[in-house]
Amino acid sequence: MRIAPFLASATLSIALVVALDRPLGKIPPLGKFLSPQYGFWQNAEPIGMDYGGTLQLKGLKGDATVYFDDRLVPHVFAENEEDLYFIQGYLHARFRLFQIDLQTRAAAGRASELAGSKAINFDREQRRLGMVFAAENALKEMEEDPLSKTIFDSYTAGVNSYIDQLTEAALPIEYKLMHVTPERWTNLKSALLLKMMAKMLSAGTENDLANTNAKSIFMPEELSRLYPQVPDSLLPIVPNGTLYPKPGVIPAKPAIADSLYLNNKQTVAAQIIDRPDPGNGSNNWVVAGSKTKSGAPILANDPHLELSLPSIWFEIQLKSTSSNAYGVSLPGCPFVVIGFNDSIAWGVTNSQRDVKDYYEIKFKDDSKKEYWFAGKWVPSKLRVEEIKVKDSLSVFDTVAYTIFGPVQFDKQFSTGASANRNLAVRWAAHDPSNEGMTFYKLNRAHNYADYEEAIRTFTCPGQNFIFASRTGDIAIWQQGKFPARWDKQGLYVMPGEDSSFLWQGYIPQQENPHSLNPERGYLQSANQRAADSTYPYFIPGSYITARGIRIDKKLASMSGITPADMMALHYDYFNTSAEDLRPVLLKNVIESQLNAKELSYLQQFKNWDLYATPNSIGQTIFQCFWDSVQFSIWSDEVNRTSPAATWPTEQTTLELLLKDTALVYADDITTPQKETLSITVTTAFKKAAANLQQKEAEGKLVWSKFMNPSIYHLLKDALPAFARKGLTVGGYGNIVNAIKHSHGPSWRMIVHLVDGIEAYGVFPGGQSGNPGSRFYDNNVSVWEKGEYNKCWLMRDNDKGDARIKWTLQVKKS
Amino acid sequence: MKFSLSIIATLLGGIGISLISGVPWWGFVCVSFLVALVIHQVPSRAFAAGFLGMFLAWGGLAWWIDWQNASILSKQIASIFPLQGSSAALLMLTSIIGGLLGGVTAITGSYLRMSKNKS
Repeated sequence: MRIAPFLASATLSIALVVALDRPLGKIPPLGKFLSPQYGFWQNAEPIGMDYGGTLQLKGLKGDATVYFDDRLVPHVFAENEEDLYFIQGYLHARFRLFQIDLQTRAAAGRASELAGSKAINFDREQRRLGMVFAAENALKEMEEDPLSKTIFDSYTAGVNSYIDQLTEAALPIEYKLMHVTPERWTNLKSALLLKMMAKMLSAGTENDLANTNAKSIFMPEELSRLYPQVPDSLLPIVPNGTLYPKPGVIPAKPAIADSLYLNNKQTVAAQIIDRPDPGNGSNNWVVAGSKTKSGAPILANDPHLELSLPSIWFEIQLKSTSSNAYGVSLPGCPFVVIGFNDSIAWGVTNSQRDVKDYYEIKFKDDSKKEYWFAGKWVPSKLRVEEIKVKDSLSVFDTVAYTIFGPVQFDKQFSTGASANRNLAVRWAAHDPSNEGMTFYKLNRAHNYADYEEAIRTFTCPGQNFIFASRTGDIAIWQQGKFPARWDKQGLYVMPGEDSSFLWQGYIPQQENPHSLNPERGYLQSANQRAADSTYPYFIPGSYITARGIRIDKKLASMSGITPADMMALHYDYFNTSAEDLRPVLLKNVIESQLNAKELSYLQQFKNWDLYATPNSIGQTIFQCFWDSVQFSIWSDEVNRTSPAATWPTEQTTLELLLKDTALVYADDITTPQKETLSITVTTAFKKAAANLQQKEAEGKLVWSKFMNPSIYHLLKDALPAFARKGLTVGGYGNIVNAIKHSHGPSWRMIVHLVDGIEAYGVFPGGQSGNPGSRFYDNNVSVWEKGEYNKCWLMRDNDKGDARIKWTLQVKKS
Repeated sequence: MKFSLSIIATLLGGIGISLISGVPWWGFVCVSFLVALVIHQVPSRAFAAGFLGMFLAWGGLAWWIDWQNASILSKQIASIFPLQGSSAALLMLTSIIGGLLGGVTAITGSYLRMSKNKS
């Protein structure tokens, strides 16, 4: 009888196959995942992989060629624009599919589909912020213009032509690990990606909720002292002394503003969960021919963003009969976003302007169907949001849309215990706009007039577009659609019972801060306030002052500049805040109260050269000391409300210390005795020293060990193996080389506008999003060392050039 | 003779079957099953041949891929698993999973043939 053992072994075989075909918690289906023919091994690309060959793609109008150089940068040569962007879409998908899929799902509040229930609150906040609403409004605008529709349609078709031919074996490794599948692309997803950028750069530049709490504890004159609009040491983007024309729009402060708004002491308990990093900033600058060795302008840009693998950027050259642009693109969107062509170069930094306000809404009842507006109950528009959750049931949320925008916080969604105020959000990113076309036009711009025309319609997030041309012009525009605010409008939660607190209009585009060919021969922006106090509009924002000071001073003192000088400035580690602070801090440390170890730290701080280099100990001591001082001065004040009131900025604290040696806030109000500034600074130093001693014991006293600069995979802690940690770099957010733990220069570019264009660039990652490719992280060490790759603007007669490593013939099928 | 023939047949079939499109990842178990059914051996020898054939098929393929990739990916996966970043351990795990599936399905084939003979 062999039936019994047959049945037994047959059952075992089937059971084994079934077991190995299923995910077990976080463990992927083992059999499938380990299969050399279907699993992760298929993602291990041969070192000598040939990226060339012939490709037949359905939907192309003509034939095209992609030339890859030795860094896998594609130089796309197409006969027409549709094919150009079709192929860009194909290449983005080919090298970055998981990234664009994950980012756009997260933007739409659909992260739970991939990550499970832990992402539900994130998703609810995305929906309540109106991310999809914003993308839908943008999509309408994108598809209304026939040219723009054609381009986005072509791009989408390109992405899908890659997705549609994907086999299970060829799926990006993250899909295999998470046991999920990719989704087809749509134009809406490109819009969502742009809204992700809008959120990153314009949703964290206001502090309305925490400011409202600050207003409840500080007197009006204290508020202007602790949260000043114009820092004393500001070196603005538009050179000081520039004359501004009379404002075209003069918003009127409502008569009831003082009683209902400015003197309202009510606190707010709501808190934003996923607040964009306030350090999302950047540097850019340009020097005119009068200051360079060659006589041609040089432009530099380094956008500071979360550093991730794969990088947010993908390097590409896009050439058709109508354009020839080189630079970095955002996977998920057509065009070159930061780059250059034969005639011009451009770059961007964030404007840091506040374009997001909150209004208090009174609902008739919990159904949220009606709200009180202008003396009567008016219907809200309810949007029911279904959030699908991996391995679980869907979660439903209802978001009420008012005349202001979606109600982000209400009873059903609040993080504070007593959060019962309904807050609607008015955000510039909700307004219809088509930012993509600015880049379409910049890619084709030949001169200043073309550039000015290209950026004119750019709405949100407000950006500082810097420019240089081969004809010698240099310029900068802070461009965006910015509300024209009356004094203090939108700093705090505003009453939403009628239209009197609504934005009354926008600053006319021509009045946006800008400068063309200033006499001094250079322009710079580094997230500081764009203009001095003579600019005739109220322009709040989350400005960063220190980097601009250093860059401005350096550029002012330089002459005969070469690209190498600009590279050195990108990599500059000088801590200008510490230069200002050291004397005042040292003056207030009571040395007689320090023990030997503390004195030795103090000595090292005194002897420090003020450079935040990777091996610096002085920088570590300074940063711990300074953080401790700021904490000691402010924590007792701002924690009088819960959640805490806005912390005064580093620059404000610095300036207060410099001009007021008897700073009253130095007193710890939670203790009966009165602390003087000296006592507070000395106590803060002792606390910092205790922390330093612990770090020293762990071998983490040098700055790069202390900061542990790291680049994480998009899935962060879930996949530490795909991260690159412990890089040997220094810097900080207030330093030109603005590297923080996992944040910093996400692309460094220098363009010398000589004939033929000389350009350099590097981002800390690689062209491929596949951890199994040698092009996943090949530029990390280049970036780490402050080195650059040469950017090659390939021309028609270069088709036989030795720099071409692989040639991909793309044919219509 | 039968033994080595089974191993070779299992090995080649195990590699070849994935070239047919639409075959799921576990399609190769049909090969070890059929080989054991056609080249009849006692269950223990059938298991050994199925195991070795698929062990070599999976191990060999994975090793070839890993060698061409200079272990870039296997090192990272081996630290996720966790196998202390050892590519060799990951290769061994891959081979054993392949071998195990090959073995149990081969034994099933062998028993089926035996039961047929008796009836």
